[in-house]
Amino acid sequence: MKRKVIVAIIILVCHLLQNAVFPSFAFASITPNLMIVVASAFGFMRGQKEGLWIGFFCGLCVDLFSGGILGFYALLYMYIGFFNGYFHKLFYPEDIKLPMLLIAGSDLLYNLAVYFFMFFFRGKFHMLFYLKNIILPELVYTMLVTIVLYVVILKINQRLELVEKRSAKKFV
Amino acid sequence: MKKRKTKSAISSKYLLLIMTGVCVIAMLIGFTFNISGGPLHAVAGYVFIPMQKGINRIGGFISDKADSLENLSIVMAENEALKKQVDELTTELNTIKLERYELENLRELYDLDQKYPSYDKVAANVIGKGSGNWFHSFTIDKGSKDGVETGMNVMAGSGLVGIISEVGPHYAVVKSIINDTSKVSGMVVTTSDNLIVYGSLQKMSESMTIEFGSLNDRDNEVEVGDPVVTSYVSYDYQQGILIGYISEISTDSNNLTRSGTITPAVDFEHIEEVLVILNKKQTTGD
Repeated sequence: MKRKVIVAIIILVCHLLQNAVFPSFAFASITPNLMIVVASAFGFMRGQKEGLWIGFFCGLCVDLFSGGILGFYALLYMYIGFFNGYFHKLFYPEDIKLPMLLIAGSDLLYNLAVYFFMFFFRGKFHMLFYLKNIILPELVYTMLVTIVLYVVILKINQRLELVEKRSAKKFV
Repeated sequence: MKKRKTKSAISSKYLLLIMTGVCVIAMLIGFTFNISGGPLHAVAGYVFIPMQKGINRIGGFISDKADSLENLSIVMAENEALKKQVDELTTELNTIKLERYELENLRELYDLDQKYPSYDKVAANVIGKGSGNWFHSFTIDKGSKDGVETGMNVMAGSGLVGIISEVGPHYAVVKSIINDTSKVSGMVVTTSDNLIVYGSLQKMSESMTIEFGSLNDRDNEVEVGDPVVTSYVSYDYQQGILIGYISEISTDSNNLTRSGTITPAVDFEHIEEVLVILNKKQTTGD
């Protein structure tokens, strides 16, 4: 229960940061993608199932405020949370290389998916243009923010796991 | 472990060989096609230059503020008043132009009582931007409780911003006309020719413009700088709202229609307040 509330708060805060705060810090009207960091981080920290759910809710937030059809981003973020769960066995809290790599990969794949489904299919074939002007700048900016955001999420998760272990011991 | 070590040693040798080959090939390509180091420079440029530009802009903004701190408040007040005046005058000008055109050409077809800017409007503040960098939309602080419905037109100053696409009780999502999926039926005020305005992410990030097409202008009368307003044939948009000014125009390969770009009348980078038109377009379908 406690975990659910705290995760919900994390998603909310990140959503607000992404929609209201970072646009004023936008470089060349590019803002970082914090939701992908949340979805991806919980995917590899907690496994496929939790990644899937958190990804879904992150996507839903994005869906709600994007003005497009509901469900597209939810689906996309859900897959991202899920596939990051495959790396749960390889994940160690001390190692920052794998998380960074996974988040970068997730952001790249996510944006490529958005491009293919929302732009390529509408006959906008200048992929290189979108790669250079949207996808790569967003990737770099997201990675810069990840350095801070990931550490915060990691610490919160470790704290939660500690509390959960303690209460589990109490019951036994 | 031992096995892995030897394996990696072999593969690193191979890797060295492969990378050497890649470098040599890259150099050969560079020499033969005369694009020495091109892609690398290009990638670095495209990744870092937009950000440097952003940082420069913030820096410029701060130094600008510092320079003009003493007479800032006076200038700002004056600017505000003048902006309002410009908005009023632009709206008035468009109305007058439209009305003149009406009088000259379609007096018998139009109801003469029709006045364009007499719509009921509600002011709203922009409270957030839509997630992601692909689609331009934003959130405003007025919703269904304030009488806002989906399909209502949104203006900022004297120009068209977009259309309400989602409504909550106290917020609404505005899909702007520069959104890549937006289409607006427009009309050139000077010649009253119809055209279709398309939002374009590519054009927007290249030159801060939006595309238009299907302009049926046989005598090539439409020129750069002509104002474009929403058309009476539009399904979703009220008639006579300024979209922008034509910035580029060229004849299509079919030699029948013309297309080009429009500079929007609204500064989409800095929208803080918008006006929602509470009258929805009445179409025959309703």
